[in-house]
Amino acid sequence: MATNELAGDKATADTAPAAGLAGQGAREGTSVSLRSLTRAFGATRALDEMSLDIEPGELVALLGPSGCGKTTALRIVAGFEFADSGEVLVDGRDVSGVAANKRDMGMVFQSYSLFPNMSALDNVGFGLRMRGIGTAGRRKQAAELLDMVGLAPQARQFPHQLSGGQQQRVALARALAIQPRVLLLDEPLSALDAKVRLQLREQIRTLQQRLGTTTLFVTHDQEEALSMSDRVGVMRSGKLEQVATPDELYSRPATAFVAEFVGTMNRLPGELTDGGRAVSVIGVTVPVQAGGPDSGAVDALVRPENLTVTPSETGDGIVTVRTFLGAVTRLTVRLSGDTEVVVDVATTAAAEMTPGTAVQVGLPQSPVLVAARES
Amino acid sequence: MASVTRDLGIAMTPAPPPVRRQKRSHPVWRWVILLVAGVYFLLPLYAALRFAGISAFGGVFTTPGFGSSLWLSVKLAAVTWVITMLLMIPTTVYIHLRLPQLRRLLEGITILPIVIPPVVLIIGVLQVMPLALRSSVWLLAIEYVVLAMPFAYRALDAGLRAIDVKTLTEASGSLGAGWITTLWRVILPNLSTGLLSATILIVALVLGEFTMASLDLQQTFPVWIVLFDQTNAQISVAASIFALVVTWLVLMLITVLSSRRSRRSGGAEVTLFSVAPRETIGN
Repeated sequence: MATNELAGDKATADTAPAAGLAGQGAREGTSVSLRSLTRAFGATRALDEMSLDIEPGELVALLGPSGCGKTTALRIVAGFEFADSGEVLVDGRDVSGVAANKRDMGMVFQSYSLFPNMSALDNVGFGLRMRGIGTAGRRKQAAELLDMVGLAPQARQFPHQLSGGQQQRVALARALAIQPRVLLLDEPLSALDAKVRLQLREQIRTLQQRLGTTTLFVTHDQEEALSMSDRVGVMRSGKLEQVATPDELYSRPATAFVAEFVGTMNRLPGELTDGGRAVSVIGVTVPVQAGGPDSGAVDALVRPENLTVTPSETGDGIVTVRTFLGAVTRLTVRLSGDTEVVVDVATTAAAEMTPGTAVQVGLPQSPVLVAARES
Repeated sequence: MASVTRDLGIAMTPAPPPVRRQKRSHPVWRWVILLVAGVYFLLPLYAALRFAGISAFGGVFTTPGFGSSLWLSVKLAAVTWVITMLLMIPTTVYIHLRLPQLRRLLEGITILPIVIPPVVLIIGVLQVMPLALRSSVWLLAIEYVVLAMPFAYRALDAGLRAIDVKTLTEASGSLGAGWITTLWRVILPNLSTGLLSATILIVALVLGEFTMASLDLQQTFPVWIVLFDQTNAQISVAASIFALVVTWLVLMLITVLSSRRSRRSGGAEVTLFSVAPRETIGN
């Protein structure tokens, strides 16, 4: 079983079957647009005027905490839910009133969704059967797809005989078998253990890029979203806070929520100066990045790697915790005023900064995002 | 590893007394209960067998009314099964998919035929039915559908709870299948355990129902047994035992075959009201 899990990447690299699929008609990418989607469940607005444009062949992840509306958005695109208002355009055509089975979209679900009464081969061939493809052609294509995800030897096995990772790979092959206009992934990796998750996410991304299938991917795991996607949309309370490339999202978050949801972020008490264009924080005045309040009590939001730390007998901080993370070491430093910050430093430089060491924390002169101070 | 540990255990410490171990895994009271239950169920059968005598079994098949009444009961069981399934499968699936909040209400409604005595049901129905239908034997099948509803609903409900019917339906839909195809190719095959449980219960119910058939003046197999009992009690009792054995064999056959088939695709054992969920083999 483990052999097959590990075989996945190798099989993905072996392009012959996939080339067959692509050659047979993996489609030109399809554009998808969500226009002002609103959906309420009772008094709760799961989606609030949400809009998103996905370019052909692009993989966009919707990232957000539980209940932010990301799955509702995906289900509306799939046709399993209907928006109270707004529309879903696929290649410019409104599909809002089209039933799920007519939308030509492949979906991989969070829970194992293979049909228990069918073998892996028949599961993959199911969508082809619905399209009227004969037994021989269906089996040939299904076998190719199983080979593509590294599960050719498991073709005759039933879902209960497959591991969770294998089941999700069969589900992926099944969704791709119909050469969907859009591939929808609803947290397909969340039920898997860390090792299998890592392998499968690389496999999904490789296949998606090779086939050029426009993909909408829902996840609450930021690492997954950032590592797999062309762009990531961070959602909160039914709205998209920011849609950006992973590096832009990380380095230039548009809002405090995005800044704190994606990666680790320090909140340092600051004081706005120069009419809100600069902020004074830990004794340094730095420019303020657009997107935050321009008056009132604020915190400066700074990533651990954007702070500097040097041993100093006269410094205003004390190292309290030192955590080895490999190439970098994370130091937790208590500043005067009982503020705690975490700072990432090169492991080679962190050797002398053991807990109890007096240090000076510094901030480079680059713009920082500010947010209203939390009480 | 286990055998090494066991060997070491034997060499270094005295093994626990085997009698004590046996007592723990097979306590006496279990055998007592089994014996009492066995006597309770088998003694009447033995008494009936002694009363009828072996020779009576030879005459059962040639007795007037035996074949026709048995055939009528079988036909009624088949029609009842068809109507019940046509009504209950879509209803139960729909409730699971779209109206799960109504499951409790439906459970309450389906319990009514058990609470209301059959005699009340049949007399009420006979009062309001048009004459043409009142004289039809198929009215009984419709009545049996009502009686079978609680059992069928619970068996199907247990089957549906054992599978993720919502995800399977959506997966099927996303692959292009319509509602009928999804029901036929995805839900029903995975509901086979629940369907067979419902079938067993319906067949057993119809083959054994007396009150309604008697009041509706239909000579089903149980009614024939009671009526014939007044002229030849030995033959009547022999027919009862014969019917019991045949029914039991048929139900056992269904159970064994369906369990074997279910195991092949990773399903659960066939039981009447509970179905164990399927399990995967880990990540």
